[in-house]
Amino acid sequence: MTAETAQAEPTGPSRSDIDQTLRAILRDVLGLDQAQVDGFDGDTGLFGHLPELDSMAVAGLLTEMEDRLDIVIEDEDVDGEMLESYSGLLAFAEAKVIES
Amino acid sequence: MPDGHIGEEMVLSFDAKRAKRLLIVGPLFDEANKFRHQIAEIMRKLNSRGIDSFLPDLPGCNESLAPFDKQSLAHWRAGVAAAAANFRATDILAVRSGCWLVPEDGAGWLYAPAKPQQVLRSMLRARILSAKEAGREESSDALMEVARENGIDLAGWSLGPELVCEIEATEFAAPSGYRIVEQADVGGKPLWLRAENDHDPAQADAIVAMIAAEAPGA
Repeated sequence: MTAETAQAEPTGPSRSDIDQTLRAILRDVLGLDQAQVDGFDGDTGLFGHLPELDSMAVAGLLTEMEDRLDIVIEDEDVDGEMLESYSGLLAFAEAKVIES
Repeated sequence: MPDGHIGEEMVLSFDAKRAKRLLIVGPLFDEANKFRHQIAEIMRKLNSRGIDSFLPDLPGCNESLAPFDKQSLAHWRAGVAAAAANFRATDILAVRSGCWLVPEDGAGWLYAPAKPQQVLRSMLRARILSAKEAGREESSDALMEVARENGIDLAGWSLGPELVCEIEATEFAAPSGYRIVEQADVGGKPLWLRAENDHDPAQADAIVAMIAAEAPGA
């Protein structure tokens, strides 16, 4: 399901907004330019794949997601799978936005 | 000092006894390191625009010998007020969590003020993530229960119980003499989000231009 999420055409503005917001946060956290984050696909590895993305940086990223997407992320939501790849993080963010 | 006295601390300064004298209050915790270079850059640029500036170490922070785990927001506020008087600051620039510490009767700029609960939440989260990597399960609720009584080590900082309770209870509101400066006013990417420390001369230029244009006597 996560792979489909990343490859499917956006089905509505809100979903592509979430994608854009998430890319913008990663751009800010990782210090990349827009073209680089636009090149992220579902398989792009995050936590555990990028040495600079340590626990403090991930914590900052999650807090920024709460702020910009107006969601609340609970301790138990955070697991290796959601943080491991871009598709995992996007699927998580989309589910949270629907829930809120 | 832990007993409430304000001791001597180190200060980074450009002091040529000029009319405009800016006290800078940097962010706390992890963001203090992230902003150190950028603040030094801002100070150099202020100096070339004819503005004195002072960046004192808060007790327990940077080169300070005071114990970090005995610090509180109240004590840091007293330290900032004492520094403002000591350096005869005409204005204050506070950054992120430094904005919580400015004197009520002062004036100046509050750059991207951080939300106290969010800062605490991020630090708790970083600790929970590290624990998880090491195979231990921790939760914010359980950690906070202990932290309110005994303090807690979060992301390398040893927070005393008083500081934990203060941060948890603080709703930041800007005192009336200060102008809030958002990241959008400065442009570029917010440096506090960067996983690796960085600086940005264009952002420093934007902040300095604003201070030079708006400081009293300009």
